[in-house]
Amino acid sequence: MVYRPTRRGFLTAGLVGIAPIVLSGCDVFGLARSQAVIDALGSADDLARHLQRLIGGDALAPEFEEAEMSPVFRTNGNTMPSSTTYQTLAAGGFSGWSLGLDGLVERPVRFTLAEIMAMPARTQITRHDCVEGWSAIGKWTGVPLGHLLGEAGLRAEARYVVFHCADEFDGSNYYESIDLADARHPQTILAYAMNGAPLSIGHGAPLRLRVERQLGYKHAKYVMQIEVVASLAGIGGGRGGYWEDAIGYDWYAGI
Amino acid sequence: MTDVGQPMADSKPAGTDMARPGLVYRHRLATRTWHWLNVVTLFVMLMSGLTIFNAHPRLYWGAYGADQDQAWLQIGAAGDRGYLRVGDLAIDTTGLLGRWTNEAGNPVNRAFPSWATIPSSYNLALARHWHLFFAWIFAGGILLYALWSLASRHLTRDLLPTRAELRPAHILHDIGQHARLRFPKGEAAKRYNVLQKLAYCAVLLVLLPLVALTGLTMSPALNTAWPWLLDLFGGRQSARSLHFVAATLIVLFVLVHVAMVVLAGPLNEIRSMVTGRYRLPKE
Repeated sequence: MVYRPTRRGFLTAGLVGIAPIVLSGCDVFGLARSQAVIDALGSADDLARHLQRLIGGDALAPEFEEAEMSPVFRTNGNTMPSSTTYQTLAAGGFSGWSLGLDGLVERPVRFTLAEIMAMPARTQITRHDCVEGWSAIGKWTGVPLGHLLGEAGLRAEARYVVFHCADEFDGSNYYESIDLADARHPQTILAYAMNGAPLSIGHGAPLRLRVERQLGYKHAKYVMQIEVVASLAGIGGGRGGYWEDAIGYDWYAGI
Repeated sequence: MTDVGQPMADSKPAGTDMARPGLVYRHRLATRTWHWLNVVTLFVMLMSGLTIFNAHPRLYWGAYGADQDQAWLQIGAAGDRGYLRVGDLAIDTTGLLGRWTNEAGNPVNRAFPSWATIPSSYNLALARHWHLFFAWIFAGGILLYALWSLASRHLTRDLLPTRAELRPAHILHDIGQHARLRFPKGEAAKRYNVLQKLAYCAVLLVLLPLVALTGLTMSPALNTAWPWLLDLFGGRQSARSLHFVAATLIVLFVLVHVAMVVLAGPLNEIRSMVTGRYRLPKE
């Protein structure tokens, strides 16, 4: 005897089938737009950070051979800061540019590009992962951020390192931040060269952050000023970065 | 997924219900809980995953892959037509993929349509919140269920096919019976047939671990701790491709699974996954 599907059976299957459509309609009912729900969902990010730090410690991101590099490393975000200050510096080959490092440090310092390039350098061929899903492999040369922090000397209250950038989105300068665990990681560098050539403007000249354990939006380009803080509450909207404040990206972008 | 005809630890012999003849205790609580948890988790992860895919609707093999590199799969729009391209094969998918009409009646150039995604409008940050929150529930469920399946011998007793069941003649016979929509009756329905066992094992032992591990492989932070995952799957972009392939196969499994439930008697089947009790089809 073969089972004949009943009308009830089809109704049940239909209900199972439309469940995703009801779910996708959740935001119609306001559920997915409620900040409390978003924050609850976002708590998974803290869990990921704690667990990944526990598992990974200070382990290095994979490094590659030159033969494994992307033939074309696409640019992303801003590719030419619009401010006249920046464009004047760029026209002068960044000879007039200098990087300030202040905040919760013993000695606020300022370095020219030539001074930074004379510091101990690290070269690494690493994979850049955009939050959108693509990856590109490139070679970066720069000074370890830990070295710069050592030059300035951190005060006991220091917890985060904030990068203030020359490029703008919607009239607001880009900014990003990382904690000291990432700031002191050996592969966290401020790069002035890419693929064996001076860093191009499209990729963030004269200086950009490489924080190899996190996604691309953390790798601030066009860094003008570094500020050491105890809390991210006073920076921008308080979530630690431009995209974090503007559209709710996770501050910890390790996954 | 199911524990056919197994008595509960504290239950009556042979899984039969003395008070209600014909009913057997089919699915234990762990199985039922995990099943319905997965219904919710997989829907949320699939649909939020489609939003994440929409951010870059191209798939690559190897360590890297971006717009200038060769994509083996791409969903896009050319002019007023949407397309799905796999290798050299392009399929016009206007209205479904690549280019479709939104609720307001306006054409939208985006890979997956809003009815298939969480949230329904494109919001990568929010989709990642949903995806990465439910990933913990999904992973926790897999781990607990795997431990329970091993400890209770559910895996070895109910799910792994026996040597006799794996004989080609037996499998071919079962395929023939299924093709005629003739399903096991009576005592034979107490246990899974070999096609069920193979399908459930493929999902439990291959697809779910694959989708979870390829997901973890995409994490740059986890790459530092477990670089062997990159070696296992052939690089981050390969892992991303396999993540998508595994998710697609899980969707195919769910479609077949629901179709079989409908064909085999949906009320009895769904009751057995809610209360655990299943009425054996009469011989």
